[in-house]
Amino acid sequence: MADAGDSRHTPLYDQHLRAGAKMVDFAGWVMPVRYGSEIEEHHAVRRAAGLFDVSHMGEVRVRGDGALEFLQSLTPNDVTKLRPGRAHYSGLLTEQGTYVDDLLVYMLAENDYLVVVNAANVEVDYGWMVSRRNSSCRIDDHSDKYALLALQGPKAPEILSRLTDVDLATIKYYRFIDGAEIAGMRCLLSRTGYTGELGFELYLPPEDAPSMWQALLEAGADDGLVPCGLSARDTLRLEAGMALYGHEIDRETTPYEAGLGWVVKLASGDFVGRDALVRQRDEGVGRKLVGFEMLGKGIARQSYEVLHDGEAVGTVCSGTWSPTFDKALGTAYVPPTLAEVGTEIEIQIRKRTVAAKVVDLPFYRRS
Amino acid sequence: MYPEDYRYSEEHEWLKVDGDTATLGITDFAQQELGEVVFVEMPEAGETFDAGEEIGSIESVKAVSDIYVPVACEIVEANASLDDSPETVNEDPHGKGWLVKIRITDPAALDELMDAAAYQAHIAS
Repeated sequence: MADAGDSRHTPLYDQHLRAGAKMVDFAGWVMPVRYGSEIEEHHAVRRAAGLFDVSHMGEVRVRGDGALEFLQSLTPNDVTKLRPGRAHYSGLLTEQGTYVDDLLVYMLAENDYLVVVNAANVEVDYGWMVSRRNSSCRIDDHSDKYALLALQGPKAPEILSRLTDVDLATIKYYRFIDGAEIAGMRCLLSRTGYTGELGFELYLPPEDAPSMWQALLEAGADDGLVPCGLSARDTLRLEAGMALYGHEIDRETTPYEAGLGWVVKLASGDFVGRDALVRQRDEGVGRKLVGFEMLGKGIARQSYEVLHDGEAVGTVCSGTWSPTFDKALGTAYVPPTLAEVGTEIEIQIRKRTVAAKVVDLPFYRRS
Repeated sequence: MYPEDYRYSEEHEWLKVDGDTATLGITDFAQQELGEVVFVEMPEAGETFDAGEEIGSIESVKAVSDIYVPVACEIVEANASLDDSPETVNEDPHGKGWLVKIRITDPAALDELMDAAAYQAHIAS
């Protein structure tokens, strides 16, 4: 039943099954949702380290003359600020300034970029980019050329240092080394992640993934490193206030509404969606993303209604039990007048109306 | 794993019948599907339900699942220990993780429930 239909397997599928993972269908892939206790996996990442298989993510290579201009015209962050070995968070936007996807842009070399996108959107993003190509650059879907492992948690540098000569302290946040040697294998080693913890992501050839997975788990076994599934990945990213496509951001929401205005560099020249964002900056947003915690019993889930004084005022984007805080947390869009921290709201949890209050995002900050 | 003297529903509840009363819980298969249970919402003693009605819900980290009662009944007692220790549903789903004790008001629907062998075939299919 885990292997429904024609869903794809990552190169680590057999490792997951052997480890007793519960597998689920996610964005066309059969992925591990948890190996044992998702709460223990979550705690492992906050306190020691966790290893994630996120090979379902997509990679699109954009290179050749005009690659810089092309990405600059298509994404809201300022690509001219990147240097080889640096990456940044950005997006693909519609003419309305809403999200087609969020993504990372890695600058490999001059006019050579790797764009990392969500698994569910690879085909849409690739098509979006190809149909808007305005220069002689090449655009290739290289998703099949990469497996992606994420080693996340305070012990990540120590664990990784046992397998490499690379001075990890020199890799600042959102920087990377292309061709780093880890456990005798070459990878693109990036100090990025989706958990709110210190950590690294390793892009490597699929055929090396099982050996790398094994090497990392063995190197970290004494430090409490455990494999982690999508469930822990989601609770970790939500605590860290990181957006997930299809929840906090989608084709209805803009970076300004989502609290991601820092990604938008209006001075970087024209890009798809810029005019709409300029208007929204001038006129103000009609709704804002907020974090909330439940005061009464129950867990908010995506698409539940948000109420204020009994009136529907918004919708829940994500909601979960938070293992770190031992309470139910969520994100929602509400009118700006209700976005202030401390505002009392209610969440319609099926037949019950349950009290909640607006709190600061992110819920969790690494100390 | 699945007690022989329990009856099982397609919605993955079990029922241990004792005369005109019964204990209800969710099966080991159901708790595995749900993941770690963090909150159980249950009915009050005295509430009455028809066969197939929703009586509450179980929240896990990642999902919410409704609890259905497979026979017409009156709630005698909800498992109060789950308020503080909802994880008992994961740890001992067929025992200490029971959800409610009921008085069966119309046993007709009992015949539609599966025995352990039939239930195991059901979840294997």
